[in-house]
Amino acid sequence: MGLFGDPTRRAIFELLARHPCSVGELAKQLPVSRPAVSQHLRVLKDGGLVVSRSEGTRRVYQVDPDGVSALRAYLDRIWDQALRAFQEAAEAAPADL
Amino acid sequence: MSDTSTIPAISGATTVGVPIEKAFRVFTGSFNTWWPREFHIGQAEMAEAILEPREGGRWYERGVDGSECDWGRVLAWDPPHRLVVTWQINGEWRYDPDPQHASEIEVRFTADGPERTKVELEHRLLDRLVGGQAIRDGIGQGGGWTSNLERFAKAAASED
Repeated sequence: MGLFGDPTRRAIFELLARHPCSVGELAKQLPVSRPAVSQHLRVLKDGGLVVSRSEGTRRVYQVDPDGVSALRAYLDRIWDQALRAFQEAAEAAPADL
Repeated sequence: MSDTSTIPAISGATTVGVPIEKAFRVFTGSFNTWWPREFHIGQAEMAEAILEPREGGRWYERGVDGSECDWGRVLAWDPPHRLVVTWQINGEWRYDPDPQHASEIEVRFTADGPERTKVELEHRLLDRLVGGQAIRDGIGQGGGWTSNLERFAKAAASED
């Protein structure tokens, strides 16, 4: 599943694009549980599109303001993985291909 | 090609233990067998990733529900040495049909002996994605990508 292949993940990202939110605030606006929101946030963070910061006792999430770099970093990872997969496929392909 | 992008191009390379003709055939004709399944943009799980083997061909995915999502077009088809395709998947992970917003991927194949091929990839013109000028303006005003995303979020919300 791509970063934005999941509709809930896309909705979370769109909400964060409007303003920073905590997990609880996101869960209130979406038909999913807090643990589910947390899980999607982790994927978005790993993809470099979302960052978080502590605000008192709560953790606030926001879209990475350096999002263009985030997009580039993500594409970089795609190609790294794709080229490795290509190498394995080429060397495993039948001789007569 | 001159690249005045503010975002540096991405480059990657690998060497494969097969002849150049085979390397090109696997990269293009067998694209579906090696492209990592998790990288797709359709709402449905991806059934197939397809690269049409000709200049002007489509590059797209087909979902398990039969829906199709374009990724780009084939700009240069020069087997077994070179392939150039556009990547028109924007920052919101959607296809942008405007060729002005198309980034480019060039793949070069170079024989390194009869059974070895060097494959070099460059993904360039990244600042065209989403809408290059808009991004640069946004960055210039200190808004960065966020302002584009806000516009996108508003547009998405008004579609509901």
